[in-house]
Amino acid sequence: MKRVYAREEVCAGCKLCEVHCIVAHSEYPKDIVKAFKKGIRPVARVIVEENRPVSFALQCRHCDDAPCTKACITGAMHRDPETGVVVNEEERCVGCWTCILACPFGAIKRDETGRKVASKCDLCSKNDGVPACVAHCPNEALVFEERN
Amino acid sequence: MKSIALMHDRSNGLGGGFAAYGIYPEYADHYALHVFYDSLAHRAAAEEFINEHFNVDASEMIQTRKVKAITNSPLIWRYFVQPKKNRLLASELTEEEYMVQCVMKINSCYDGAYIFSSGKNMGAFKGVGYPEDIGEFFRLDEYKGYIWTAHGRFPTNTPGWWGGAHPFTLLDWSIVHNGEISSYDANARFLEMFGYKCTLQTDTEVITYIFDYLMRKQGLSIELAVATVAAPLWKEIDRMEEGQKETIKALRTVFGSLLVNGPFSIILGTRNGIVALNDRIKLRNMVAATKGDFLYVASEESGIREICPDPEEVWVPKGGEPVIGLLEGVEHI
Amino acid sequence: MSLDYTTPQFIIERNRDRCIDCRVCVNQCANEAHIYDEEEGRVVSDDSRCVDCHRCVVLCPTRALSVRKYPLEYKEHGTWTARDINAIYKQAATGGILLTGMGTDRNYRIYWDHLLLNASQVTNPSIDPLREPMELKTFLGRKPESLVIENGRLAEKLPPQLELEVPVMFSAMSFGSISLNAHKSLARAAEEMGTYFNTGEGGLHRELYRYGQNTIVQVASGRFGVHQDYLNAGAAIEIKIGQGAKPGIGGHLPGEKVGTEVSLTRMIPRGSDAISPAPHHDIYSIEDLRQLIFSLKEATNYEKPVSVKIAAVHNVAAIASGIARAGADIIAIDGFRAGTGATPLRTRDNVGIPIELALAAVDSRLREEGIRNQVSLVIGGTIRNSADIVKAIALGADAVYIGTSALIALGCHMCQQCFTGKCNWGIATQDPNLVKRLNPDIGARRAANLLRAWAHEIKELLGGMGINALESLRGNRLMLRGINLTTKELEILGVKHAGE
Repeated sequence: MKRVYAREEVCAGCKLCEVHCIVAHSEYPKDIVKAFKKGIRPVARVIVEENRPVSFALQCRHCDDAPCTKACITGAMHRDPETGVVVNEEERCVGCWTCILACPFGAIKRDETGRKVASKCDLCSKNDGVPACVAHCPNEALVFEERN
Repeated sequence: MKSIALMHDRSNGLGGGFAAYGIYPEYADHYALHVFYDSLAHRAAAEEFINEHFNVDASEMIQTRKVKAITNSPLIWRYFVQPKKNRLLASELTEEEYMVQCVMKINSCYDGAYIFSSGKNMGAFKGVGYPEDIGEFFRLDEYKGYIWTAHGRFPTNTPGWWGGAHPFTLLDWSIVHNGEISSYDANARFLEMFGYKCTLQTDTEVITYIFDYLMRKQGLSIELAVATVAAPLWKEIDRMEEGQKETIKALRTVFGSLLVNGPFSIILGTRNGIVALNDRIKLRNMVAATKGDFLYVASEESGIREICPDPEEVWVPKGGEPVIGLLEGVEHI
Repeated sequence: MSLDYTTPQFIIERNRDRCIDCRVCVNQCANEAHIYDEEEGRVVSDDSRCVDCHRCVVLCPTRALSVRKYPLEYKEHGTWTARDINAIYKQAATGGILLTGMGTDRNYRIYWDHLLLNASQVTNPSIDPLREPMELKTFLGRKPESLVIENGRLAEKLPPQLELEVPVMFSAMSFGSISLNAHKSLARAAEEMGTYFNTGEGGLHRELYRYGQNTIVQVASGRFGVHQDYLNAGAAIEIKIGQGAKPGIGGHLPGEKVGTEVSLTRMIPRGSDAISPAPHHDIYSIEDLRQLIFSLKEATNYEKPVSVKIAAVHNVAAIASGIARAGADIIAIDGFRAGTGATPLRTRDNVGIPIELALAAVDSRLREEGIRNQVSLVIGGTIRNSADIVKAIALGADAVYIGTSALIALGCHMCQQCFTGKCNWGIATQDPNLVKRLNPDIGARRAANLLRAWAHEIKELLGGMGINALESLRGNRLMLRGINLTTKELEILGVKHAGE
């Protein structure tokens, strides 16, 4: 399946990926100003890891054998059988953070903006296209591709 | 004359001319200088130079006939000359180079004097007027030659004047040319490095010098000279076999400035034959035909059929592909 | 501490209605002109630090930023401009010479803009480059006076030639003055487009040896990074005598820019200043140049053309003639408006002559001497677009070098702060945080695109003139007409005035 890969050597550390992840998952995915200034601002599901000059964007790796899905106590965290994308069904999530403990990448975040739920990259699967972080990376430091 | 008269509409009466080879058998070893003078004073000045540099074995006014359409003709003089031995030796030049330099000197430094023909056993006849009238004026019906070229001019860039008519000649080379080349200054400024003086600002002059430079000075064959002037495209060169590719590539590398760009059709005459050539992407018309020993080349097929109603073969040469006609027993132009 | 008299040059305007305090501007400004105020939870700006590089403006996701000239003005004075006054403040404070980057920003006449091109009408057809072949191939190198032909075949090989598919090369910019990613971008673009990039005087990074076939290696007075493998790595060697932005002086790469990679490539200790002397200390006259040219040819088995690069100075025509006779295969001339990473301001703004006049003078002089055909002539120093190239070739150049244009293609926004090493676009810097900002994949693509676009335009202009091979434009000054030029200028350029 296609996944997001980071090219650390050209990551400028600008964090536009985080900005656009927030916009894509907000109530106003087409209006960046409103996405930030109105309603509840979601947490970014991509995290720029930095230890200057090293920096890169990290998000869920959508592991084939995803430990988070096994650790989930409600079955909210599951792998979509069709697309292979690991998603968290927020209605069923109880915010116990077991998945966060299990994730070897630290790619799952706590979302406490509303009801406590685990928040992670869904590859913008609702939009059917290139994930927002990849589309808006100004330096092509994120790529969305199939790799073996 | 009949042929060129049929193509009357291709010229505008501001220039016509002919070159004929084999017309002076009695002076075959002499250079025949044809000169235009504006006045007797100009003639006197130039003759001083001529007498200083050449042994003049005959000097005469070229016989002309009154033609209604031809007016304002200059004084037209003819000399049969040979270089003065001591002068030639002192110059340390080849005889041909000595001749070329003398001709250039008069044409660039002597006002009102212009040598328009300087070859052996050949001559150019030209002036302002329609070519058929010019032929009449020069009484060409009285000359016998083995190669004839004719030209009707439609000048645009330079005013029609007697020296500017075609053919343009240098030693045995004569060129008639149609078209307007876009590489003029690139060609001219290259040639000027080697002593050529492009005084006329005409394309034809430049083309003549290019052939003189490539063939006489560089010693290239007509095939390689043509491959320089109407060079094959790089994509054609890429498809050639290795040796040929390397050769043509070297020509374009070293003599790129002599590529003639823009539309042209030319007929180059020498004592050994003629070469007719179009620009490499054939922006001008040109037709060739043969019958028996005769080779005909003209802008229009009608021009050929006018004097040779039933040619054996008629074809349209491709751009950059020369039509070469050699005299019997001659191997090279 | 006494009062600093300098005032901000720019003002950063932040549209608070659009700013989302995302801090992209904060993390992208190497000059720290944007600051996040933790207490207020918002981003604020310090105008005095802004150099107008546009990095924040371009990256701001909400287009909330713009930068303007600071509106402060001195009382109007015909002689004492802000430029003069501010320079004195600076020097009075520091006691040092003024440093700057890129080419002169003074309004000297740009002759390209006073030359007009010809087109065919009626008497000669224009050629449509979309339908007809249009050839730009160019060879640089020494041309023999005649060819040795036997049986219709070339019997003696030509001297080595550079073969260019487009008549544009990337001019010398050293690794050190610009980043490795910038070098990589140019090398790859040169390879893709069939042309050459020039290493500049700082050697060739080992990762770039693979682009050797498209590389011109430079040998300058500091001899940084010059060794046998380096000389043999490139397709040609260039001896740098001078450059247009700073004729008569050497280079200075501050120690801060000499990190491990630069140090290894230049073969100098890490952190040490790389100072190239003003002259080559083995060239005190023309015959010494000849010796260096032939030493380099010996070292490379006569397999590579040798170029000599000089700044356009008053006597350029005679100097170029001397260089041709000293055995150089290519003469590169850099005009006084040319760019650079760092140069003393007064040198940049006052020394040398415009490239157009230098080119015309050199081409004419070499023709007068009958040796123009033997050497190739490459010029640089403000080639801004394809029309400048066409005009340069019509004046007599074989090809052009582009430096500033190439950097702009890579993202340079002409803030002229290269000498600070804080290039926010990852070009003129060695700071690993900043170098990463230039993705060589993108850089190579953009630089190649620029050449591709210009090649298209050159073909259009050639076609309009009824020319289908670039060599027919070379030195074809009748294709040019001057406009608003004096008789003397026209005479030097060797062109007629429009209407003539």
